[in-house]
Amino acid sequence: MLAFTLRRAIQALGVMIAVGIIAFAMFRFAGDPVNQIVSIDTAAAERAAIRKSLGLDDPVIVQFGRYFADAAQFKFGVSYQFRQPVTNLLMERMPATLELAICATIFAMVFGILMGVYSALHRDGLLAKAFQTISLIGISLPTFLIGILLIYLFSVTLGWLPSFGRGEVVRIGWWTTGLLTLSGLKALILPSITLGLFQMTLIMRLVRAEMLEVLRTDYIRFARARGLTTRAIHFGHALRNTLVPVITVAGLQFGSVIAFAIITETVFQWPGMGLLFVQAVHNVDIPIMAAYLMMVSLIFVAINFVVDILYTVVDPRLRSTVSRPA
Amino acid sequence: MTEPVLSVRNLQVEFMTRRGALRAIDDVSFDIAKGEVLGVVGESGAGKSVTGMAVIGLIDPPGGLAGGEIHLSGTRIDNLPPEEMRRIRGKRIGMIFQDPLTSLNPLYRIGDQIVETIRTHTSLSERAARRRAIDLLAEVGIPAPEKRIDGYPHEFSGGMRQRVVIALAICAEPELIIADEPTTALDVSVQAQIIALIKRLGRDHGTAVMLVTHDMGVIAETSDRVAVMYAGRIAEIGPVQEVVRNPLHPYAKGLMGAIPTLSGEETRLVQIPGTMPRLSAIPPGCSFNPRCAFAFERCRIERPEPIRQGTQAVACHLCDAAAKDSAA
Repeated sequence: MLAFTLRRAIQALGVMIAVGIIAFAMFRFAGDPVNQIVSIDTAAAERAAIRKSLGLDDPVIVQFGRYFADAAQFKFGVSYQFRQPVTNLLMERMPATLELAICATIFAMVFGILMGVYSALHRDGLLAKAFQTISLIGISLPTFLIGILLIYLFSVTLGWLPSFGRGEVVRIGWWTTGLLTLSGLKALILPSITLGLFQMTLIMRLVRAEMLEVLRTDYIRFARARGLTTRAIHFGHALRNTLVPVITVAGLQFGSVIAFAIITETVFQWPGMGLLFVQAVHNVDIPIMAAYLMMVSLIFVAINFVVDILYTVVDPRLRSTVSRPA
Repeated sequence: MTEPVLSVRNLQVEFMTRRGALRAIDDVSFDIAKGEVLGVVGESGAGKSVTGMAVIGLIDPPGGLAGGEIHLSGTRIDNLPPEEMRRIRGKRIGMIFQDPLTSLNPLYRIGDQIVETIRTHTSLSERAARRRAIDLLAEVGIPAPEKRIDGYPHEFSGGMRQRVVIALAICAEPELIIADEPTTALDVSVQAQIIALIKRLGRDHGTAVMLVTHDMGVIAETSDRVAVMYAGRIAEIGPVQEVVRNPLHPYAKGLMGAIPTLSGEETRLVQIPGTMPRLSAIPPGCSFNPRCAFAFERCRIERPEPIRQGTQAVACHLCDAAAKDSAA
């Protein structure tokens, strides 16, 4: 188990170094940073002095080493447009994005699993067919369109829910949360549905397919021959076996939920990291873009790591093969 | 004579397909008495397993019973509502499947699976059920059962897993055990142990056993009576010594001739020419007639009904002719 965890940790580090190289390369290929700091009429000597003070005349390897060492301590330099440390900017925005992503994932898991199980058990039912149709819409409609449609229906026409922003937030330490106020909760609903709809349909289809597969296995047949109740067979035996691959997908999808939040945050003007990133792209604010890339990758890698560990909790077969030294 | 534990009368099972109903089981009748082991043999697709599944009520759509009756200790069970049939499964009829490697849920400890089954069918407490589970594991020959009860299925070998499956099948002391090819997936040395175990359990508890297999050796060793199935019908049924030593149906003769012997002179094994017909293309008359060396005109027209011949019953016109000859 320890060896397995260690091996995974080393792999994760490798991925992060690779992402660091890409993030670093952005600085070198998106124009000379000195030009973006100074004005047009700055003398060449002055430019050279700035370049030297920023360490930009050092060999590339040295510069990369410095960048990566700073990044490992969550120092990503100063934003060109805000003149503030990027880390502060990201930390300020992170709670909004994480809250949105977590709500969207919970929404996707709860409804995805419920609808998936239902449509596997009542394959030919009318409701199951309706779910299948909804899932088709969820898979094929682009996120921004769903967001705009929801805003049109619930904000503009019905006026039930706010169309943009986070509502009132409460500050707990450095974390800001919208979960404790009514307006904050109301503001969460539409963006969460928009962001989670695609994942929900994905999970629903996966659960349905897996469940149908599991229901055909010998141990389910044997469970029926033992006279267990339908409820025990479906929810005790079949569902647990179904959840093994669902955990993987849902876990990995959490990373893309954060990444996809860019679009949802833009549509709903949600003050998260995604919106910050979009603004940074408009203004060629490379430190923010590079830092965002690193942060999202870190979250992805961390989730992968946790999912691998979770596997062994759900499936005892992996536990013993892992603990046995290979 | 006491009432048989299982009595199957004129059973018909059909599977609905786009091209109409396929009759997998046609007019099958047999009894199994208390403590008796009935072997059911035949080629793949002869309807052995389907018969077993029909008795325990697990034929899934598009299949279903199309006729006949099934009685368990005098009560008719083929027309019970699903919930009542579920209560009979596992409690009054236990079932053992072919592949022990896939019969157990890999994510649950074997003890939990046994306790769950016991508690479904009895009012035992969690602790009492666990004690009973340990006793059961000991009875089916699992060493150190109080330790092994907390193991997961993948920690057991194939033979040991089949023992666990058997423990699960007998945990509510059923009147009838249906064993569907219980030894096919095991290696030969383990097969003998499992067969001995099933035989012992049947004897100790007076359980009736329906043993489905295509292995004549297993039947000869275990069964009291044997039913030879062909294309969804029983070709011949009778005491195992009679059927093995003196088969009457040409198909049964062919099967017995195909058993290799170690002793005696070297002879070529008999082979039955051709293959069993598909369910959609069963010939008129006797379904065995295209492969039968003794077939005559009547076999191609009229379907033979089972005829009693001493302790055996045979569905063959040849025997009918013989019976008439001897009567005349």
